[in-house]
Amino acid sequence: MKLVVTFSRKAGKKPIIAQVVRDTGVLINVERALIDSSEGEALIDIPDESCTMVKERLADLGAAVRVLEDIITLDESRCVDCGACISICPQDVFSFDDEWKLRMDEKKCVMCGRCIEICPHRALSHKGEG
Amino acid sequence: MDKTISLIRERIRDGNARVVTAEEMPAIVSELGEEGALREVDVVTTGTFGAMCSSGAFLNFGHADPPIKMERVWLNDVEAYGGIAAVDAYIGATQKSATREESYGGAHVIEDFVAGKTIELRALSTGTDCYPRRTITTELLLENLNQAIMVNPRNGYQRYNAASNSTDRSLYTYMGMLLPNCGNITYSGAGVLNPLANDPHFRMIGSGVPIFLGGAAGIVVGEGTQHSPAGGFGTLMVTADMKSMSRDYLRAATMTGYGVTLYMGLGIPIPILDIEAVRSTAIRDEDIFVEVIDYGVPSRSRPALRKVSYAELKSGFVDLNGEEVRTSSLSSFRKAREIACIVKEWVEEGKLSPVLPTRAIDSSKSAMPLRETVRGPRVLDIMDRKVIAIGQDEEIRTAAQKLLKGETNHLPVIGVSGKLVGIVTTYDVSKAVVNPGKASLVRDIMKKKVITTKPDEAVDIAVRKLEQHNISALPVIDSEERVIGMLTAMNLGKLFGGRWLK
Repeated sequence: MKLVVTFSRKAGKKPIIAQVVRDTGVLINVERALIDSSEGEALIDIPDESCTMVKERLADLGAAVRVLEDIITLDESRCVDCGACISICPQDVFSFDDEWKLRMDEKKCVMCGRCIEICPHRALSHKGEG
Repeated sequence: MDKTISLIRERIRDGNARVVTAEEMPAIVSELGEEGALREVDVVTTGTFGAMCSSGAFLNFGHADPPIKMERVWLNDVEAYGGIAAVDAYIGATQKSATREESYGGAHVIEDFVAGKTIELRALSTGTDCYPRRTITTELLLENLNQAIMVNPRNGYQRYNAASNSTDRSLYTYMGMLLPNCGNITYSGAGVLNPLANDPHFRMIGSGVPIFLGGAAGIVVGEGTQHSPAGGFGTLMVTADMKSMSRDYLRAATMTGYGVTLYMGLGIPIPILDIEAVRSTAIRDEDIFVEVIDYGVPSRSRPALRKVSYAELKSGFVDLNGEEVRTSSLSSFRKAREIACIVKEWVEEGKLSPVLPTRAIDSSKSAMPLRETVRGPRVLDIMDRKVIAIGQDEEIRTAAQKLLKGETNHLPVIGVSGKLVGIVTTYDVSKAVVNPGKASLVRDIMKKKVITTKPDEAVDIAVRKLEQHNISALPVIDSEERVIGMLTAMNLGKLFGGRWLK
């Protein structure tokens, strides 16, 4: 399961994620992180069964946590199943099925946004951006 | 035993014809043998759906009152060519919008017309006695036009080279995004279903032959522009009525960083008259080879990295120097298959009735490069020949003096062998002065990775390097990496007002 963790760094630079790993014993995979002097946002991947525990501990430490679902949206009326997205995705989210129809495995997505940028038919978008 | 076209047409009329797709044909030939397949199969249908930049349509708007001779024409802010009579124009697929740049273009105008959307026409004229009006703005639907005839100068490439990129930065090309260090390979074309791959000697495909184009029934006009069948890169000029087209088989697209293009669906039925037609339609993905071209080299003759078959490209991975590299198709095989099946239905229903070409297409031509009578500027024409350089073991203070005295902002750093080993800028020196640390010598503050140019490099290529790396000077080096000049943003001023603008 993927979580987006947002935290403020104004009240000191606490190693929040490392703290959670130590407290819960859950191995957290940081897939993407954007941290500057005042705030940070990290995309983390954790086993589904540890979700509640990790979420609670993160919240205790002052971070805002959001579960990430349906990360990218494919507009079927625009997609022509060309496959331009397949080779540029760092996570192998896209592939063809036996009928050469494009399929996606959204769970692998780390929201790098490259496919959205290059889709020739503008058929991909972040959920909620339409 | 050879068959005649009239026999095939008779079988279609009687409902006895065997029509198969080019994807089904190889198995039929291996099962029945060539003679058996010739007896059994009457027509093989093909299809392709991909980016075809060289596409567009002739439009006739009808006359206004008072009438206008439309000299410049825009459709949803995309300029169409108006230099044909008074109310005709040609809208080209790759023309960019004057206001929305690469997110909208001629291809989108075509798609929007076909989708039944309203398009705004704007036109300007100087006014004449017979056409007094000078401006017009009106909203049009496709049905309001007298004609919308798609005429695509170059469609249906026989095959197309695949693309990769050996440089260390991403490239945005008409072959899509190419990742650094050959991180991916992109390709285009339907391989086994490709129309011309199934008739490489243009025996059955020629002028007047019926086709499927964008969902409409059309015909082949003749050879396409840049037709180069000698090397296996034949092309077709094709036409059909845009009013009968469907958005399912025609789609505008934007190749990020390159621009607008039009995805077109094209399908051609090939009558099977003789053994040679059987053989050419028995072609498989394994038999069609293209080269993987390195788009990292910015010249017309880009080097090939290796030869590869469509079978390997379609498998999803290609072995490149011992590494499995992921491939991306840019065309849609699913749509190509759908089109080949529709062509099959249309032939069976009599909607597309196979005929022999009324005029054959030359199958031995090669396309020529552009004859350039005026050579564009090279780096050596405008570079600064006076080079102020510094050694890597000199003091930072010496560098500062040289920068001041030489009135320059860049000092190439020369090693003991006389070769370029780094570069120091005014910024680097200032930084060292403001933050005095351990650095005392040039070698401590120089940038070791230097972006360079060569004397015979085209200035346009050097300018792209300056832009891409956000820098303002390039050392010009010879074959032994010795600095023989500097190209700075200031030198580019020589391009204006000099002989290069004549």
